[in-house]
Amino acid sequence: MYDGVLLAADSGVDFFIHKVFSYNWFGHEVWITTSHVCILIVFLILTVFALCANAAMKKANDVPTGFQNVVELIVELLDHMLKTNMGSHAHQFANYIETVFVFILLSNISGLLGLRPPTADYGVTFPLGVITFCLIFVNKIRYQKVSGFLKGLCDPWPIWAPINVIGDVAVPISLSLRLFANVLSGTVMMALVYGLLKWIALFWPAALHVYFDLFSGAIQTYVFCMLTMTYISDAIGEK
Amino acid sequence: MEFNSNFILGCSAIGAGLAVIAGIGPGVGQGIAAGHAAAAVGRNPGAKSDVTSTMLLGQAVAETTGLYGLLVAMLLMFVKPLVP
Repeated sequence: MYDGVLLAADSGVDFFIHKVFSYNWFGHEVWITTSHVCILIVFLILTVFALCANAAMKKANDVPTGFQNVVELIVELLDHMLKTNMGSHAHQFANYIETVFVFILLSNISGLLGLRPPTADYGVTFPLGVITFCLIFVNKIRYQKVSGFLKGLCDPWPIWAPINVIGDVAVPISLSLRLFANVLSGTVMMALVYGLLKWIALFWPAALHVYFDLFSGAIQTYVFCMLTMTYISDAIGEK
Repeated sequence: MEFNSNFILGCSAIGAGLAVIAGIGPGVGQGIAAGHAAAAVGRNPGAKSDVTSTMLLGQAVAETTGLYGLLVAMLLMFVKPLVP
């Protein structure tokens, strides 16, 4: 009954995650939501693109033409981004960061395809943040050894260790919340425009789509990958 | 003390409005960052791409606090944790 009190709730504003169907998983009721469906669509698009790219690169020419050009352009752009940020360690993390870049980019701009962006679901961005956290932790142990890790923990004095732990734990949370909130704000804005101004929302929302989906989505993708690279470089230490 | 649910919902809406005032800080911060980046590009046009990427990174980090305000507003408006 209180839904009707909110202006947004009774005028067709809809940016929520919907339930599609449920299944029983070891006695728990688990829902398949629209996020799962959208993430599956993104995944299928990327897989088809990857298969096409693989087929195109199998019979690659010295002078690239057509589709091969596009694939090489994308890979070279991402490789260059990695090289400038991570230097000699770039090749180790190229697989992960380029995959995540392409995935987040397509997820963010999937609002243009009429999907609800999967990254506007905290259940999608938080695992990405946790993966970054694990990468930071593992690389810190691997390159600075346990002694370097402990030294970093008690940075100025040992009494600062709790603060440093909080700072480390805040990394995945702030990373994932930043991506989530940016994409969610774009989704909410577009839902408000289409829901509350439906009679005059004719052509001009296209400009908003360019800003909220394309521009904001691309910037946030870049920022997520950039911060991941910066944190991992920090963990590796200077060498 | 008992409160009417509608009263709590109205107060939540006011709280949501107050929470997005958090956007002032990042707005000022991003403006300062962009201004200094423009000055840096003016002094050294060759370093434009480096300056731009550093500026974007700093702005994105500065934006986080504003986004926390936005999230609090979202939670108050749509999840309604205070309404019984």
